[in-house]
Amino acid sequence: MNEVVRISSAEKLNSSTWVIRFKAAFDARPGQFVMVWAPGMDEIPLSLSSVGETKAVTFKVIGDDTRKLSAMSEGDRLHVRGPYGNGFDLSSRKVLLVGGGIGIAPLMPILEAKEADAVFAARDGDEVAYCVPIAEGLGRRHWVSTDDGSLGFKGNAVQLVTEVLGENVYDEIIACGPEIMLYYLHRLCVERGIRCQMSLERYMKCAAGICGSCMVDDRRVCADGPVFTGEQISELREFGKTARDASGAKKKL
Amino acid sequence: MNRLATAVGSVKLKRPGIVASGILDETGPSMARMLSGGAGAVVSKSIGSVAKGGHANPNFIETGCWTMNAMGLPNPGIDAFREEMEVAVAAGKVIGSVYAASPAEFASLAGKMEDYGAAAVELNLSCPHAAGFGMEMGTDPAMVRSIVSETKDAVSIPVWAKLTPNTHILASIGRAVEDGGGDAVVAINTLKAMHIVPEFGKPFLSNRFGGLSGRAIKPVGVRAVFDLRSAVSIPIVGVGGIYGHRDALEYIMAGACAFQVGSAVSEMGPGIFESINAGLKEFMAEFGYKSIKDMEGIAHE
Ligand SMILES: Cc1cc2nc3c(=O)[nH]c(=O)nc-3n(C[C@H](O)[C@H](O)[C@H](O)COP(=O)(O)OP(=O)(O)OC[C@H]3O[C@@H](n4cnc5c(N)ncnc54)[C@H](O)[C@@H]3O)c2cc1C
Ligand SMILES: Cc1cc2nc3c(=O)[nH]c(=O)nc-3n(C[C@H](O)[C@H](O)[C@H](O)COP(=O)(O)O)c2cc1C
Ligand code: FES
Repeated sequence: MNEVVRISSAEKLNSSTWVIRFKAAFDARPGQFVMVWAPGMDEIPLSLSSVGETKAVTFKVIGDDTRKLSAMSEGDRLHVRGPYGNGFDLSSRKVLLVGGGIGIAPLMPILEAKEADAVFAARDGDEVAYCVPIAEGLGRRHWVSTDDGSLGFKGNAVQLVTEVLGENVYDEIIACGPEIMLYYLHRLCVERGIRCQMSLERYMKCAAGICGSCMVDDRRVCADGPVFTGEQISELREFGKTARDASGAKKKL
Repeated sequence: MNRLATAVGSVKLKRPGIVASGILDETGPSMARMLSGGAGAVVSKSIGSVAKGGHANPNFIETGCWTMNAMGLPNPGIDAFREEMEVAVAAGKVIGSVYAASPAEFASLAGKMEDYGAAAVELNLSCPHAAGFGMEMGTDPAMVRSIVSETKDAVSIPVWAKLTPNTHILASIGRAVEDGGGDAVVAINTLKAMHIVPEFGKPFLSNRFGGLSGRAIKPVGVRAVFDLRSAVSIPIVGVGGIYGHRDALEYIMAGACAFQVGSAVSEMGPGIFESINAGLKEFMAEFGYKSIKDMEGIAHE
């Protein structure tokens, strides 16, 4: 679906992260994403961080387009294509959510929708502090790790998950974050025999499953994913190793 | 008996449906997947001499009625594409699509595609949104003839020419392909088009204009194939807005011996070839057609 939406609110969450909320006619599931555009920027894929009547995208400013998006405010309009992708399967009973950096945002609708525990991992406290009151408000058990130890556990997501698994049993781990984190987390899940789902990213153009820009092996991240199961990921030879640029050329991750 | 078997000249196909250029064919694994899913062959992404990122996003939009793109021929370049072709060719028949700015460049790219194991080469003479390439050359009969004949001299695999509908002299272009020694024509590429977002008062595509495909263009494509059938005697491959077997049948009855599917893969998924094949078989059984050949061009009779 293609829609021009009005921004109902825009909010800065920390030094580099913004959330933009808007009402849209489409229905969406946690884990789906939209292609967002306004004149003056390139269209970019962003996961939905809220999927109710009011939708939201939460993004980190890392380049021109996210910077332009961060300058928008209430009343401004956005062109939105989507929603695209399969979304998460939320049928498992006892779930541990693992979000790394801006990868936490797409997991928030799950935290709202169901009883689940969460691990929030980030470089420093600034990047992740905003998640804590949300998880507390929802009454969800959560743990925080930061690389520099400025908040919570000092270390990375996989180290913290290993600790959490020492005291808790889960049917499934659902994760989103940098591919390097997902790579080691997937290894941990395989070793421990825990089912998992992970949301991947590749360079998107059409987002509709036909241009072939976002391939990981023979899978389309935009249409077969972005969420893949642990078993599917085990078959992907490019996962954690290579991705493709806008021309389709392979590059090491 | 395989009722669905057909041939585009010397290129024999077990199934008449081919994945159109630019559709899930930029990488080897992706082409291999499409070949395992009911397509008779896959046409590669149009490949040029050097890597190209294509036009900036937004470069694609679709509605239920039409699809528009201005990808701008993104591709990793012919040398890097060797690796992708190796994977794809191991899985089935691959038609190598190429684009270039001169007859000599077309010939050299086609030679590489032949080295990589392509079953035929498809010359993209028809892209409406890449300045200096494609459509601008593909609407000049003398240029088309020289591109085709120079490529023919350079390769021993069949040479197909993909034509643009953005011309009033389609029949002359078709004849130029035939005169140049071309083995088949493929019609149609996208129609030059534009989409404007009223709230912004601006075109949506970064390239401003793009190419229209999908449901809306089928009647244009069917007419183009019908016209070409009267103009040339080389085989015709039909493409444009095919979503189901009845669409494919229109192209076959207008004069195509095989067809390609592009935009529909978005809505129907990679499984579309299986469903078109099933529909064709059922239709042919009901109406007593024994082969694709039996139906080819019957709308002219
Ligand atoms: C399915 C999906 C969901 C995403 N969800 C979010 C999200 O919820 N929040 C968030 O902050 N970011 C998300 N991203 C990443 C986001 O799209 C990029 O951060 C954004 O495109 C950067 O644009 P830029 O111009 O600011 O930076 P640039 O300087 O243009 O790019 C920086 C990096 O962003 C990535 N990128 C740029 N363009 C694209 C593209 N068209 N497709 C994919 N990646 C691209 C590349 O890795 C690039 O190296 C998601 C990406 C994908 C594929
Ligand atoms: C996203 C996209 C990319 C395309 N890229 C190419 C290309 O690289 N070379 C080419 O000859 N045609 C390209 N085309 C045109 C298609 O091959 C086809 O001719 C056209 O889309 C009409 O068929 P359809 O209605 O089934 O899509 C592209 C079409 C789309 C939608
Ligand atoms: S972005 Fe085009 S197939 Fe995924």
